[in-house]
Amino acid sequence: MTTMTKTEDTPAPTGPEAFLSVRDLRVRFSTEDGIVKAVDGLSFDVERGKTLGIVGESGSGKSVTNLTVLGLHNRKTTEIDGEIVLDGQELTGASERELEKLRGNKVAMIFQDPLTALSPYYTVGRQLSEPFMKHRGASKKEAKARAIEMLDKVGIPQPALRFNDYPHQFSGGMRQRAMIAMALMCDPDLLIADEPTTALDVTVQAQILDLLKDLQQEFGSAIIFITHDLGVIANMADDLLVMYAGRAVERGSVREVLRAPQHPYTWGLLSSMPRLGGDTGESLVPIPGSPPSLLNPPTGCPFHPRCAFTDQVTGASCSGERPSLGAGRAAACHLTGEQKQTIFIDQIKPRLG
Amino acid sequence: MSENVTLPKQQGPTDKPAGEPLLTVEGLTKHFPIYGGFPFKRQVGAVKAVDGVDLTVHAGESLGLVGESGCGKSTTGRLITRLMEPTAGKITYAGRDITRANRKQLAPVRSEIQMIFQDPYSSLNPRQTVGTIIKSPMEVNGINPPGGRENRVRELLETVGLNPEHYNRFPHEFSGGQRQRIGVARALALEPKLIVADEPVSALDVSIQAQVVNLLQKVQDELGIAFLFIAHDLAVVRHFSQRVAVMYLGKVMEVADRDSLYNRPRHPYTHALLSAVPEADVDTGKKERIRLAGDVPSPVNPPSGCRFRTRCWKAQDKCATEEPPLVQISGNREGHLTACHFPEEPSTEARTEDVVMDPALAALEEEHGSDD
Amino acid sequence: MLQFLIRRLTGAVVIMFLIGAFTFFLFYTIPQDFAALSCGKNCSPENLAVIRENLGLDKPIWTQFWDFMVGIVAGRDFPVGHCDAPCLGVSFHTGDFVWDSIIDRFPLTLSLTVGGLVIFLVLGLGSGLLAAWKRGTSLDKAVSGASMVLSSFQIYFLGPIVLGIFVYSTGWLESPKYVPFSDDPAAWALGLLIPWAVMATIFTAQYTRMARSTMIEQLQEEHVRTARAKGMRQRYVFFRYAWRGSLTPIVTILGMDLSGLLAGAVVTEFTFDLAGIGRLAVDSSLTKDLPLTMGVMLFGAFFILLLNILVDLAYAYIDPRVRLA
Repeated sequence: MTTMTKTEDTPAPTGPEAFLSVRDLRVRFSTEDGIVKAVDGLSFDVERGKTLGIVGESGSGKSVTNLTVLGLHNRKTTEIDGEIVLDGQELTGASERELEKLRGNKVAMIFQDPLTALSPYYTVGRQLSEPFMKHRGASKKEAKARAIEMLDKVGIPQPALRFNDYPHQFSGGMRQRAMIAMALMCDPDLLIADEPTTALDVTVQAQILDLLKDLQQEFGSAIIFITHDLGVIANMADDLLVMYAGRAVERGSVREVLRAPQHPYTWGLLSSMPRLGGDTGESLVPIPGSPPSLLNPPTGCPFHPRCAFTDQVTGASCSGERPSLGAGRAAACHLTGEQKQTIFIDQIKPRLG
Repeated sequence: MSENVTLPKQQGPTDKPAGEPLLTVEGLTKHFPIYGGFPFKRQVGAVKAVDGVDLTVHAGESLGLVGESGCGKSTTGRLITRLMEPTAGKITYAGRDITRANRKQLAPVRSEIQMIFQDPYSSLNPRQTVGTIIKSPMEVNGINPPGGRENRVRELLETVGLNPEHYNRFPHEFSGGQRQRIGVARALALEPKLIVADEPVSALDVSIQAQVVNLLQKVQDELGIAFLFIAHDLAVVRHFSQRVAVMYLGKVMEVADRDSLYNRPRHPYTHALLSAVPEADVDTGKKERIRLAGDVPSPVNPPSGCRFRTRCWKAQDKCATEEPPLVQISGNREGHLTACHFPEEPSTEARTEDVVMDPALAALEEEHGSDD
Repeated sequence: MLQFLIRRLTGAVVIMFLIGAFTFFLFYTIPQDFAALSCGKNCSPENLAVIRENLGLDKPIWTQFWDFMVGIVAGRDFPVGHCDAPCLGVSFHTGDFVWDSIIDRFPLTLSLTVGGLVIFLVLGLGSGLLAAWKRGTSLDKAVSGASMVLSSFQIYFLGPIVLGIFVYSTGWLESPKYVPFSDDPAAWALGLLIPWAVMATIFTAQYTRMARSTMIEQLQEEHVRTARAKGMRQRYVFFRYAWRGSLTPIVTILGMDLSGLLAGAVVTEFTFDLAGIGRLAVDSSLTKDLPLTMGVMLFGAFFILLLNILVDLAYAYIDPRVRLA
């Protein structure tokens, strides 16, 4: 171990198939209270046709990251470093015009609350047609035909009639379907879904998740699925990135991470969640304390003030040295691989029922 | 994750109703009038938020109340604490009918039934110190605990895991989870016998949720307080409640002890709910897959007969004409009541064929073949 | 929509009636002999009796009220002649019909309002939108700063300064005066140029601030972000999505300002020595000319109610959620 403080994550290997590559992304906002380090050295890849799940609690930087991919952050107060490469095109320095051509076309987004994310002033049909007319140069009539086709595809009954309705005339689930239809209008290669089912009821959530999966099969889009719910991720994603305080703390396939998580934060998340099949006699094991302020994040590993295993780390200091996230399946933690495995099997796994 | 391991424990004595009925609710109804019409405004309809709910909470037990938005679970909680006036029905607390009790008659009961709210940000007065917030219920009710109110507040802060030194701080100085602890301390100030907790953890991050759930569990175990635990998260409710009632469109569809409800549900809606819960396990055995169509109908014009029939795969003509009573179906344990004419098999195991009511899903899956 | 209109118009008529009744009875509680006021200094008891009869002041108060109300709807006969509907009575002071006095003054008030309105809407909303579009730049800061300073000015302060510079010192312009538009449009505009400019300066500053802040608020709405995420041009998003949402608060304030201006811009009129409705209102109140005061007040109330209904219709036009509710 060197004494030098590592501040950057080692970039994950870029496979030739990586459709979106984010390298060492840093996002800082200036606010009245100071500079918020919303994202601090984040790297990940999304492969074509695959789903990357990003899980984290509020303030972990998961939403901010994905707004910056499309340049939807506030450019005046936000400073961005790092690389965002989409299908060979570098986006951090791209002009607004270049980004406009990608948005809603090659990359589309779905937001959390379809009630506020759709404009109350225009019909659903108009809002669906707009991107198709803009990106495909389609006529109003062609756009309408496409919109009705998409509304039908996402399961909106009588789509030709509902085309002329306003969002508030739709129910919550139907609004989110319309939002999905809007995102798919131009057959995007990448769909960024930011907590798309968080505002929905559980039975509607199940419909929408399955719908997204089925539509992904049909359209072949890659999906970045952002959520705070590990259950949803387990259902949706191929790969998983766990974020904490603006950094990625664990990466791997969903199976790997959920079956044998390696980071103490992931352990904490899993053992604080009650399960339908869990033992109700056992208490939940919460993570002590609360997430740090990003105005002044902890030094070293951002999780160390809440971590129960810092005393087992030897040869490195949790509060002084930032653990790096290795390539592929990895966790950013100073514990050795052996320690991680022992702790998980001896202490964590039994809690998970 | 094997069910055999957990089963015996769940059937243990802790799952039995803990004692005498503390609170009984019969035919509880709340209709919110809708005004409109021309030329003079008049009542043209009603949102039937709660439409004939029967529930019993036993002393010292936790009854979970689950359902999706608009099912009337929060309204039920507010009716029970008499924050709202019921349209009809009867609320009996400790043998006394409190449905129409006036302010004066209600006073002794008010201190015994407390409420915890969902939003830890808006349910605390930002201009009062934590001490004042927790102390005020004692002042209002004229309670003078031995050692003084301030001392009691410090004790309460300690009970809920906050630093008693923070007595003079303001709510904004605390995080969301800590604020919810303040809410719990305020509810405990009057030594209540029943706490109605309305989505107490749903506004909190996952890692903080568990802290608050554990606190509530501690409070329940150590102080023997009964809970009406209202939440939409089925896993949290299962973890916290010995008995669980499922509501849909203002009615109770099924109520049972935790084990029966989660492992041997009979109502199709309970099956649909349970099957929809996404689980963070990649290795669990397959459970049944039920995908309903559309959203919950409007409570202004609920379906005739059984309210769930418009989204139910087992619905027949009888369901439209005859409302199923909430009864114990043969084969169910005592206290396991279901309101259904054509109940499901008591199992949540995967079926030979998935139930997919959603036309879009069905069409896409038809096209691609089942990918499961 | 028709039902809505009928309901609102009926409501407006009822409110007008109540305002009329309220002012009427309020005035009659004042222990003041209106006939004596009208009679002048050298008043003989005979003259007083005649005036009293002419004005109908000898009748019981309920009859007077009834006559007044009927007069508004159907017209009314006075000894001095027939007063056509809407008859608001006869001025105690001048002996003219109140309605005629109001209508006589109204063109000036209307001219002041319309001219000022055009200027401050165009400039105010324009610079507000510009500042929001260029948010954070030095242009935005300059516009925001200027509008902050100017909106704290008052007409009676700014007016004399402008008059001093452009009329008294340089003589570039003549003192403000009203020439009817139909007589000479150029003289009409030239005569009102200074009052318009001064009035519009202050309103412009207020509308700039309002337009800027509502636009900035709207630009942070999630649906605006969605529109950008669809790849719509920034300008399109700005004018289609954010602007649409800003209209509701702007229309609300505009309705209030407009009804205030039409009911008489008292300060503007006095500052520039123009005789409009505002001046009429103040004069009538100083001379205790009850019928005229009531008339002006009802006239103003009419515009407030009218603008209220128009604003509600505008809401329905702007926001489909209102339309269907």
